[in-house]
Amino acid sequence: MFLWTVFKVAFKSIWANKMRSFLTMLGVIIGVGAVVAMMGLGTGIRESIIQNVRGMGANLLTVRAGSRGFGGVRSTTQQNLKIEDGEAILREVPEIQMAAPEVSNSYQVKYLNKNTRVTVRGSSVTYFPVRNNEVEKGRGRPFTETEVSRNARVAVIGPTTATDLFVAQDPIGETIKIAGINFMVIGVTKLKGDQGWYNPDDVVIIPYTTAMSQLMGRDNLSNLYLQVKEGADMQEAVEKVNVVMRRQHRIQAGNPDDFSVSNLQEIADSLEMVGNLLTALLSSVAFISLIVGGIGIMNIMLVTVTERTREIGVRKALGARNRDLLSQFLLEAVAISLTGGALGAALGVGTILGFNRLATSNPSITFRAQLDAWPIILAFVVAVGIGIFFGWYPARKAARLDPIDALRYE
Amino acid sequence: MSHAIEVRNLTKIYAMGGETVHALDGVTFSIEPGEMVAIIGSSGSGKSTLMNIIGCLDRPTSGEYHLDGQDVSRFSGNALARVRNRNIGFVFQNFNLLPRMSALENVEVPILYSGTGGAAKLARAALERVGLADRAGHEPNQLSGGQRQRVAIARALVNNPTILLADEPTGNLDTRTGREIMKLFHELHAEKVTLIIVTHDTEVAEQCSRNIVLRDGKIIEDKQIQAQMP
Repeated sequence: MFLWTVFKVAFKSIWANKMRSFLTMLGVIIGVGAVVAMMGLGTGIRESIIQNVRGMGANLLTVRAGSRGFGGVRSTTQQNLKIEDGEAILREVPEIQMAAPEVSNSYQVKYLNKNTRVTVRGSSVTYFPVRNNEVEKGRGRPFTETEVSRNARVAVIGPTTATDLFVAQDPIGETIKIAGINFMVIGVTKLKGDQGWYNPDDVVIIPYTTAMSQLMGRDNLSNLYLQVKEGADMQEAVEKVNVVMRRQHRIQAGNPDDFSVSNLQEIADSLEMVGNLLTALLSSVAFISLIVGGIGIMNIMLVTVTERTREIGVRKALGARNRDLLSQFLLEAVAISLTGGALGAALGVGTILGFNRLATSNPSITFRAQLDAWPIILAFVVAVGIGIFFGWYPARKAARLDPIDALRYE
Repeated sequence: MSHAIEVRNLTKIYAMGGETVHALDGVTFSIEPGEMVAIIGSSGSGKSTLMNIIGCLDRPTSGEYHLDGQDVSRFSGNALARVRNRNIGFVFQNFNLLPRMSALENVEVPILYSGTGGAAKLARAALERVGLADRAGHEPNQLSGGQRQRVAIARALVNNPTILLADEPTGNLDTRTGREIMKLFHELHAEKVTLIIVTHDTEVAEQCSRNIVLRDGKIIEDKQIQAQMP
């Protein structure tokens, strides 16, 4: 029998039981829709995580005080990370382009009657390029080398902090109090967007000299940020930094490091893995509903075969072979799952577009669901596969009916 | 010329709850091309079993069955399907047209299974032969009983079978429509179509040129009769 004729018969029988067919398809529609939507959301979340990490500064190495113990937990708090370490690295490791020290602590920051708790970071002029956290054009300037060397009480603030303290007022030239000490606001950084675990826009950046001597009273650093040259080998840079650091800290061979060097690429990689895992988890839940949909198809096909026992008998009497009936009922199941798959893909795409529309009007959603072709294709293939898999048993039952019994069936 | 049908010593034994039942017990006869034969018998006489075997829906327990010169009694399932498609045209008591398909599409079904082309043209010609060319687009539920049976006969004829096998073809029709169907059978008989009509209706049987009477799985009478045109 020609494939087209079989398909026509299949669609006719679906159309004859519109409500029943639609309800049967619903499982596949929801399943495919969920797979497409979940994969879109998962990919979107993963991409946004990666982008956020890259936004923290590409080619960034972070040297932290204290060694990395079991499972990456810092077991000891060392206070020997010095500005000289950074200078030595900059001098001896050719892969490193720039270095920025950081001392940080959380303080209550006040402007007139408003106050907010903010992370105060003390660093050098290189902080802004190294951390990819530049001052917004037209909203002041970063501090200068001179201001750093003179322990100037100047501050660059994040846009969130600016809004918290100054609302709509221009903060440039105003004086804020950090732990009771006056600082003049000279610049506001560009908006980077909330990253979930911390907000890079809620920050006050001051010269590290001022931070060490006047605010925090310490001479060691919290972190040392290193920018690796474009195109340089990240791994090699890490190894060289390690060598210089061990020598600076006079660590005997065989003794553990009292510092740790972390690579943003590593973090990006592990976050990407988490993102992939999340997508897989969401999708597998969606796939379960596809299987439930398949069981629905199997159920309705068994009903159909019973209902049409007589038709099967007549077709056999007219010369249909077992494989003709097998393919007829199999195609009917596939027609249901295929139609369901098409409607489900439309539902999934609609969900993604709807979500992105919602996200555009809602600034607290920082990621967009991603619309790719391959989850749609995959969901389609799976839908057809489910039609074949769950349609097989009922179709085989139809094909194996005894023609005499089938003709006699009332 | 070879026989249209030749059965020799046909037996069919069913096992029913430990007991064996001889539905057919050594049946032997042959039918020549162009004959119009009635197979008669009360219920339980074995005529349904004989019809199923002649129609290649069932296989005999023992014995030979030659249809159009080939021994089909040991054919496999697929080969039997092919024989049903090419050599046998079924007409049922309750028409058995497929619902939601037009008369023309119903008549096309056997051609689709035989895989030969030109289904629509052949089906239209068959409908014309039974006088229903103007109802080709109607679905079964838009046709009267007599018209449905005509469509079924067109469907049985469309592949030019060796035999047309009718099971109580007038059983579900009123007397007048039943006569019209018999008239059509006579026309086909005149065109040398081999007709086998299974019936318990004596009026139908008397119109055939030969009667084979079955009782308890055996042929008790096989007579040529002077066909009476109603």
